[in-house]
Amino acid sequence: MKVAKRTFDAVIVGAGGAGMRAAVTLAESGLKTAVISKVFPTRSHTVAAQGGVSASLGNSEPDHWTWHMYDTVKGSDWLGDQDAIEFMCKQAPQVVVELEHYGMPFDRTDEGKIYQRPFGGHMSNFGEKPVRRACAAADRTGHAMLHALYQRNVRANTQFFVEWLALDMLRAPDGRVLGVIAMEMETGEITVFQAKATLFATGGAGRIYYSSTNAFINTGDGVGMAARAGIPLEDMEFWQFHPTGVAGAGVLITEGVRGEGGILRNASGERFMERYAPNAKDLASRDVVSRAMVTEINEGRGCGTNKDHVLLDITHLDADVINKRLPGIREISIQFAGTDPIKAPIPVVPTCHYQMGGIPTNYRGEVVANGEPVAGFYAAGECACASVHGANRLGTNSLLDLLVFGKSSGESMIDFIKNEPAAMPEIPQGEIDKALARVNRLNTQTHGADVHETRLAMQRTMQAHAGVFRFKDMLAQGVDKILEIEKQVLQTEIKDKSQVWNTARIEALELENLIEVAKATMISANARTESRGAHVRDDAPDTPEHPNGRDDANWLKHTLWHREGNRLEYKPVNLKPLTVESVALKTRSY
Amino acid sequence: MTRTVKFKIYRYDPDKDAAPYMQDLSVELDPSDRKLLDALVKIKALDDSMSYRRSCREGVCGSDAMNINGKNGLACLTDIDSLAQPITLRPLPGLPVIRDLIVDMTQFFKQYHSIKPYVVNNSPAPEKERLQTPDEREELNGLYECILCACCSTSCPSFWWNPDKFVGPAGLLAAYRFIADTRDEATNERLDNLEDPYRLFRCHTIMNCVDVCPKHLNPTKAIGKIKELMLSRAV
Repeated sequence: MKVAKRTFDAVIVGAGGAGMRAAVTLAESGLKTAVISKVFPTRSHTVAAQGGVSASLGNSEPDHWTWHMYDTVKGSDWLGDQDAIEFMCKQAPQVVVELEHYGMPFDRTDEGKIYQRPFGGHMSNFGEKPVRRACAAADRTGHAMLHALYQRNVRANTQFFVEWLALDMLRAPDGRVLGVIAMEMETGEITVFQAKATLFATGGAGRIYYSSTNAFINTGDGVGMAARAGIPLEDMEFWQFHPTGVAGAGVLITEGVRGEGGILRNASGERFMERYAPNAKDLASRDVVSRAMVTEINEGRGCGTNKDHVLLDITHLDADVINKRLPGIREISIQFAGTDPIKAPIPVVPTCHYQMGGIPTNYRGEVVANGEPVAGFYAAGECACASVHGANRLGTNSLLDLLVFGKSSGESMIDFIKNEPAAMPEIPQGEIDKALARVNRLNTQTHGADVHETRLAMQRTMQAHAGVFRFKDMLAQGVDKILEIEKQVLQTEIKDKSQVWNTARIEALELENLIEVAKATMISANARTESRGAHVRDDAPDTPEHPNGRDDANWLKHTLWHREGNRLEYKPVNLKPLTVESVALKTRSY
Repeated sequence: MTRTVKFKIYRYDPDKDAAPYMQDLSVELDPSDRKLLDALVKIKALDDSMSYRRSCREGVCGSDAMNINGKNGLACLTDIDSLAQPITLRPLPGLPVIRDLIVDMTQFFKQYHSIKPYVVNNSPAPEKERLQTPDEREELNGLYECILCACCSTSCPSFWWNPDKFVGPAGLLAAYRFIADTRDEATNERLDNLEDPYRLFRCHTIMNCVDVCPKHLNPTKAIGKIKELMLSRAV
């Protein structure tokens, strides 16, 4: 098969918040930049973020980046790297103001400043009391942000390759990354995108679970490509279950609802979070709230005929507040729960939402493998692990992560490209052939496994074996099951053999990425025999010796999963910030 | 209780079909299959060649716009049980069809880009945010929420006749979004850009755009406001 080649200074894969923030920096610097996206940029999943982006602007009450940093470290259950966390929290006000300058339609305070609302785990004065830190555009913050970033890129003349699916990354024998190989969906044509620097900003892989707030497109393409190219994956056992997905539908209801005064209630109408988090109550961290909800349901206090959900109540709020601050939520609730939240509470359940782990990077966005940056390779956003979210991400830190690390990786790439010779190295033919072989297999495979059924089997296994609460035996069985399903994934068969917009082929290729994420998750989770943040297991219970089941003596370390041989290794958590004192280890309570 | 739902779907694969055709089919749906997109996912599980765009499945990404029983809408926000059967699905009208329900949106985005869809402000940026009162910000409501699904522009006869010359409701809504933004300094240039027999004035207030917008936005009203500004500028 003949493969065309294009060359750029920088190639970005993914046009969500992180990719487009990096693209602004690169394109405005004058470098020849390509952004490859499998959907039109404004259809990327950043669009679905609702509640806000965090920054200690202090527009409504005193706030400080060190308080934000403290909350983030505590939220991460001390698994986050404190240098990266300091970097992110300190940069937050600047990147949010830049976004406002790009045209982001933030809501406003009476003084005309950016409106900020309370959110889970956001506290003032090192955990004392809730603070308004989430900068919001109604409950459509992600939509407003993604469009503002796209618009800024239109202004910067960024070159987009829209509806192209990246197939694999290309590496030189010395490990340097040379670009990606990608397929144009409309024609099925395959092209090599060679670049001096390559950024993965491909988002998360929430679609490994059966019930997920994530879009169909969230299939972990960058994570899968990196794994196939020999890059280890960090902390993949940590998945955030958002407390409030619409029961049955999975669609997200922002934590901003609780920020505006919403209350979770069980079957008897009790505000049960008072028992689990006496201080922060409904605004405790997401892992804490999700576990409390599942405990209520498991102990028979769930709502509805099947007692399988709890209720999110905002009927006590003024209808004007709901229409002004939460209009999108009202629409979603009417559409997907059949309930107008002005009149009746919304049925909700914890739903898979966010991948804390990913491609290991430092705070400059450089991908780090075997303790060294991989030349020419960068990652930012949900596909990357900086690690700022550790074992549990704070609400609104995801949008912040996109801005801060999108920008910092763009800047790192500029520095790197400056020192590169003009001539680009030859791409080894074997690298190209590997990607072509995957496509050719799909074009010719007969008597194979059904893509839809195989994906469902994977999603149901992940849901049952690696959910909100995890069990030793279930995890061990889960590993066997996922490895069994992997064999099917590598032998899927598609009936559609067309070259034109072949969505069957795209879904089969996406499934090959999802299964890498599923393996990394299950194997890493099975091995981590403590409870920490979003990873809580029955054989690591809350004891006086190990409060919350956390075992710092043995497990205060990052997991690194290697695809080859499913090998695990570990690296220390960086407890040392860049300029301030370390946030000392403490038992986590809200 | 499962139920059987009948469909009539536009099919065309240029790789194998000489011409487009309408395919009759029926599919068994579960009670949890509420939205049209749920049904399309079931149909695709049975026939993997069924092609359509989709992503967020909650009406914010704008991928799954199509013509549903003669009216443009998003599959993910349309209740199956609200539709008369057989449910007839066609690609968005007025744009070239690539395959099945997937249209070529190049012309649509070209028009969006033509209005300079970004805030123009050449004053030195302040250290903090540019201030805007809550009332000034309120002016952007009903404008910034557009998801670029193209339901409106592809329901507009003026856009069908002149997709290369008439900006269309989505692009004009965006144009007014920037005119209405107190931070934008390019109102005059934006009005100049639209002062043309086609770009703005081909809107004949047929109002199909308002009727189909899945986000309940009102491009006709925005177009009216641009026309008013042009008029007041002329006198």
